[in-house]
Amino acid sequence: MRSLLASLLIFVAGVAMLSLATNGFSAFTTEAARRIDVREHPRAVPDVNLQTARGRHIDFKSLRGRWLLVDFIYTRCIAYCSVQGGVFARLQDRLAAPIAHEKVALLSISFDPEHDDPERLADYQQRFGDRGAGWLAARPVDATDLAALHRVFGVTAVPDGLGGFVHNAAIAVVDPRGQLVAIMDWDDPRAAARFVIARLGS
Amino acid sequence: MTLLPASRAWVGLLLCGVLATPPARSVLEATMTLQMLVQIPLLAVAGWFVGLAIPHRIAAAVARWNGGGIPGLLLATFVGMVWMLPRMMDASVDEGWFTLAKFMSVPLLIGVPVALSWSRAGFVARGVVLLELIATAFRLGWLYLVSPMRLCSNYLLSDQQQLGKYLLGIGIAASLALAWTLMWGHIRVEYVESKL
Repeated sequence: MRSLLASLLIFVAGVAMLSLATNGFSAFTTEAARRIDVREHPRAVPDVNLQTARGRHIDFKSLRGRWLLVDFIYTRCIAYCSVQGGVFARLQDRLAAPIAHEKVALLSISFDPEHDDPERLADYQQRFGDRGAGWLAARPVDATDLAALHRVFGVTAVPDGLGGFVHNAAIAVVDPRGQLVAIMDWDDPRAAARFVIARLGS
Repeated sequence: MTLLPASRAWVGLLLCGVLATPPARSVLEATMTLQMLVQIPLLAVAGWFVGLAIPHRIAAAVARWNGGGIPGLLLATFVGMVWMLPRMMDASVDEGWFTLAKFMSVPLLIGVPVALSWSRAGFVARGVVLLELIATAFRLGWLYLVSPMRLCSNYLLSDQQQLGKYLLGIGIAASLALAWTLMWGHIRVEYVESKL
């Protein structure tokens, strides 16, 4: 009898623990958990300093007032990011009108700032057909800023043993107040564009 | 085991201490395979040694709530499931509190309960646990082998697939060993009071 009671208690506690550890059985991976967490608790993006592909220094704050679609890249990448760049160029087309009205901007941030100087960033944008408006490529200048971006956006980059990185590529959405509100699949630019357009109307 | 209870406890604590050192952690957490097949099992073994050293009086008190070892095995199963979640394996590498939780809970909530329960468990309970372990090895092994997606943000896809192969290998080896024991080995079917 006592053992049955103990088993029942352990069973209930065990299911509760598993539920807690998976956001109610919906997030089994860190990636899924970060997306749910961002949607439920938008995060303020810290005011990091970025150097753009033109060599200009800007503060993240100065980008407020428009919706930002942000991805994290490194220009040497021959895996995802070689497609990610193309995705952003296509987003420039898809969002041309709101970009022209300065309601939306695209931002690619390098997590490999030592290698990715302005020249390489410019080259990266050119390689993927930058349409010339509304797409910034930039690198954090300060190591603490890079760490802060990693933490807030939940970016993990693992050395792949071949001199590159494997990273959790995604399109992050930052609202006009500078809050990170969603993280979406990097290979579905339509969904990201729809997300922003739906919120522009309101 | 001919070690005295006190030395068993020391073996367990020493093993736990060694596993917690930064060099051991950096080696064993470098790949998904090492974390899942070496680090976590060794932590459980450390707890098992500590569990064997628990004084009879306390063990007997626990045993009254641990009929047939089932509550203890259930506890170990749930805690094992938690540390098999990809996001928990990630978190235990990235975040201090989760590291601490892993190093405390795997020995104390898997190793110790198994040590206190396995000898009390009957034929059916043992069979269920062993078959479930084998089934888990096949399920996870297959998942890791075919998943095109990285399940852990900290580990590479190739590492995940290698772990999948090892898990399938372990599943096959354990099935054969179990089948061999069932056919030719000596199996204790009835419950016997353990002498520890």
